Amino acid sequence: MMETFFICAGITLLLMMIPVFYRIVVGPTTIDRIVAVNVIGTKTAVLLIIIGMLFDDVAMFVDFALAYALLNFIGSLAAARYFNKTRPAYGAGSPGKGEIT
Amino acid sequence: MVPVPRGRGKLLEMIINILSILLMAAGLFFFLGAVVGIVRFPDFYTRMHAAGKGDTLSTILITGALALQVLHNFDWAHWTDLLVVIKIMAIGILIMLTSPTSTHALMQAGYDDGIEPVTRPKKKGIVSLDDSPAEDAELTLPVTGMPEDREG
Repeated sequence: MMETFFICAGITLLLMMIPVFYRIVVGPTTIDRIVAVNVIGTKTAVLLIIIGMLFDDVAMFVDFALAYALLNFIGSLAAARYFNKTRPAYGAGSPGKGEIT
Repeated sequence: MVPVPRGRGKLLEMIINILSILLMAAGLFFFLGAVVGIVRFPDFYTRMHAAGKGDTLSTILITGALALQVLHNFDWAHWTDLLVVIKIMAIGILIMLTSPTSTHALMQAGYDDGIEPVTRPKKKGIVSLDDSPAEDAELTLPVTGMPEDREG
């Protein structure tokens, strides 16, 4: 019964990640896209633990999830530094400043 | 997923399962809120707000549910499962520490780039501070708090 529940929870988590891809594609600023990728990365770490529970091998998958969460954090910090120093927030082909999308 | 209770009561197993289901459902609910906020909010700062808060809380709740479930299947023949519980809770604590940090760093980067927050549209007949005459320009307060307003 709990196995079915974890399968349903994982599928729900996966389905709820799909609307975040809209923000990655459409997001008017670059940092919007980075935030959406950060959210998806955090949820992927959680999803890895759920997959480990389903495969009955949590001891292996939890290490993957830990490494994934750490890499996600470092990646978003590096992207924040990079786009703060070098790039404008509004990339080419995106709507102008202050425009509501 | 060990369906056979090892010498524990059925009641305790049911209580732990229900607690785990409740934590997981609450985590999924908060992640739904975060997703709706990320997709629907009108502004960079409000989207960042939804992403930071909802994502962190839902991750903590879901990892709590999973740690409870692993701890429920624990026995001393497989004592390394205790390390798994500690690692799952370490992921929760790590995300509790790092997600506000990265949200703050990204928000600072966006603010320094001069992303404008959405403000209320001007209505007719209401004189805002932007419409004040030029001679008392030094009396006007920065309304939006953007970087070009901070110098003046």
